[in-house]
Amino acid sequence: MTDTAPTLQVENLETHFFTKDGVAKAVDGVSFTVGRGEIMGLVGESGSGKSVTGFSVLGLVDPPGKVVGGKVLFQGQDLLSIKEEELRHLRGNRIAMIFQDPMMTLNPVLRVDTQMIETVQAHDASVSDDEARARSRDALGQVGIPSPEERLKAYPHQFSGGMRQRVAIAIALLNKPDLIIADEPTTALDVTIQGQILYEAQKLCRDTGTALIWITHDLAVIAGLADKISVMYAGRIVEQGGLGDVLDHPAHPYTCGLLGSVPGHNTRGKRLYQIPGMTPSLLKLPKGCAFKERCPHADAACETAPEITHPVEGRALRCAHPQVDLAGVAS
Amino acid sequence: MSTILELSGVTKNFVKHLDAAAKLARRLGADVKEEVVHAVDGVSLKIAAGEVVGLVGESGCGKSTLGRMVAGIMEPTAGDIRYKDRVVSAMDKQAGRETALAIQMIFQDPFASLNPRMRVQDIIGEAPILHGVTSRADAGDYVAQVMERVGLDPEYRKRYPHQFSGGQRQRIGIARALAVKPEFLVCDEAIAALDVSIQAQVINLFMDLREDLDLTYLFISHDLSVVEHISDRVVIMYLGRIVEVASTEDIFDSANHPYTQALLNEVPRLDVRGFDYQPIAGEIPSPLDPPPGCHFHPRCPHATARCREERPQLREIAPGRVSACHLNDG
Repeated sequence: MTDTAPTLQVENLETHFFTKDGVAKAVDGVSFTVGRGEIMGLVGESGSGKSVTGFSVLGLVDPPGKVVGGKVLFQGQDLLSIKEEELRHLRGNRIAMIFQDPMMTLNPVLRVDTQMIETVQAHDASVSDDEARARSRDALGQVGIPSPEERLKAYPHQFSGGMRQRVAIAIALLNKPDLIIADEPTTALDVTIQGQILYEAQKLCRDTGTALIWITHDLAVIAGLADKISVMYAGRIVEQGGLGDVLDHPAHPYTCGLLGSVPGHNTRGKRLYQIPGMTPSLLKLPKGCAFKERCPHADAACETAPEITHPVEGRALRCAHPQVDLAGVAS
Repeated sequence: MSTILELSGVTKNFVKHLDAAAKLARRLGADVKEEVVHAVDGVSLKIAAGEVVGLVGESGCGKSTLGRMVAGIMEPTAGDIRYKDRVVSAMDKQAGRETALAIQMIFQDPFASLNPRMRVQDIIGEAPILHGVTSRADAGDYVAQVMERVGLDPEYRKRYPHQFSGGQRQRIGIARALAVKPEFLVCDEAIAALDVSIQAQVINLFMDLREDLDLTYLFISHDLSVVEHISDRVVIMYLGRIVEVASTEDIFDSANHPYTQALLNEVPRLDVRGFDYQPIAGEIPSPLDPPPGCHFHPRCPHATARCREERPQLREIAPGRVSACHLNDG
């Protein structure tokens, strides 16, 4: 690993689901990079392929899904070409995932300490039980669980929802991973608990240089947390760039629509912008640009699928009709 | 504006009764007590006709229980609910039924609140036929009209709920509520399960319906951005009690109660970038064993000795604005 290599570099990732009704291209040519200590927000609605992108990076796509193309370079090493054995060693060790439902991580019939010690020793068998327990206790303390020594002996059902998610996050942090993929980890939680978890995530990236991919549909969370943002629609990244660049100068009509439909301070009592229609089924995507049927600017040019363009450094866009002059904004 | 709904001292306790073994143990002298959860603890509130009142709080604060009591699905343990100046529990059968129809509820989960084995036309049409809002012969047209009202194609009336997307299902739930011509809608996290773009569509639908049908809303949500967008007035609950009620502007521009302030501080906003998140100290205490005095004192940065002992009453701090905090006494 060289210092200049980004923590994660995904190039042209393609994950298809081979269903009996046809092939669904859940991830269709997705590229992005995340550097040390960087937080990328991966934004999209249900069915946009954002979670499948996360699963593909970790090699967790189950049949009928299959990663059919592209590269996933983790610290320069292509995860798609290494053996399952090696990948398993990286998962939970150098790369961790946090799921929306903490019970996907936790085993309901084992005490928290059993699960945490197991996680430590699975990746380094030389760690003694006492040492592993001490690390587990520290990790629980780190995510703000009061009296961690006692809580280690509890079962998952003895924690509240927010606490359980924090335990799941503590397990993800145990081996101080270089990359964490978080899939809607705070969607089901109250704002106060969400604030706590965002605080831990932020601290981790700043202190240890962990790279973080935060998958969500909540643009407001991304606004406060991320350094850069990728917007997905129907399996493709339609817009990508620095956080402020994209949020202040959205160029893709879908990004504009999403930002317009977020209620809040400035919309009090007004009508929200609504994107007409709904997300198309991946099996029945319109020809050309997948967004054209919902787009107010669609015309003949949208009959051919737009290629990804880079109007300015660090910005990617997949649209024939950008809504702002990006070169003008940058200068 | 006239008051359409008035709650006075409404309380709901859930009691976990002792099983046989525990009763026996108690008879033998063991210290076992029935567990009582004070889900809603003496809530008083007036809602004017045509108003949209947002009800906000964290999980377990009793906001859904309050909504269910307003909708008549649950009976309060104590206190009165008045609808149009008449106490609901004291109404005769006829008036009780009319009130039950006038207050309809829209639920959070559009997957769980629709009978999967009924066709859409029956889901929407059953209640209005039963209650004589429409006749069986005209039901087809009536259902079509209601479906159009909420933005559903009447062509789909013969379909089952599983054939619809989440947003469309929520519209079916709204159509079912509207079909009995209600005056008051209780929306319990009605848009929480929807995608951003669909959320915007349903919020706009609620606002259109309000204008066209003169509806009054009790809009229950934990999402403060949505509540800020849609409400005229906001009610903040914490552990079964109301802690603050004020107009939307007042709540969001100058919150009075420390809990409201803490809650607002945590709301992610589009225009706030690179926010330094700070955790609120402590957890929501268990409603089984709430702290004495002000429920919020263990987490409150301004708590004094008085807060630990004396329960603060809701007091008017400005016209139309109440807050339950000892700090307001100066």
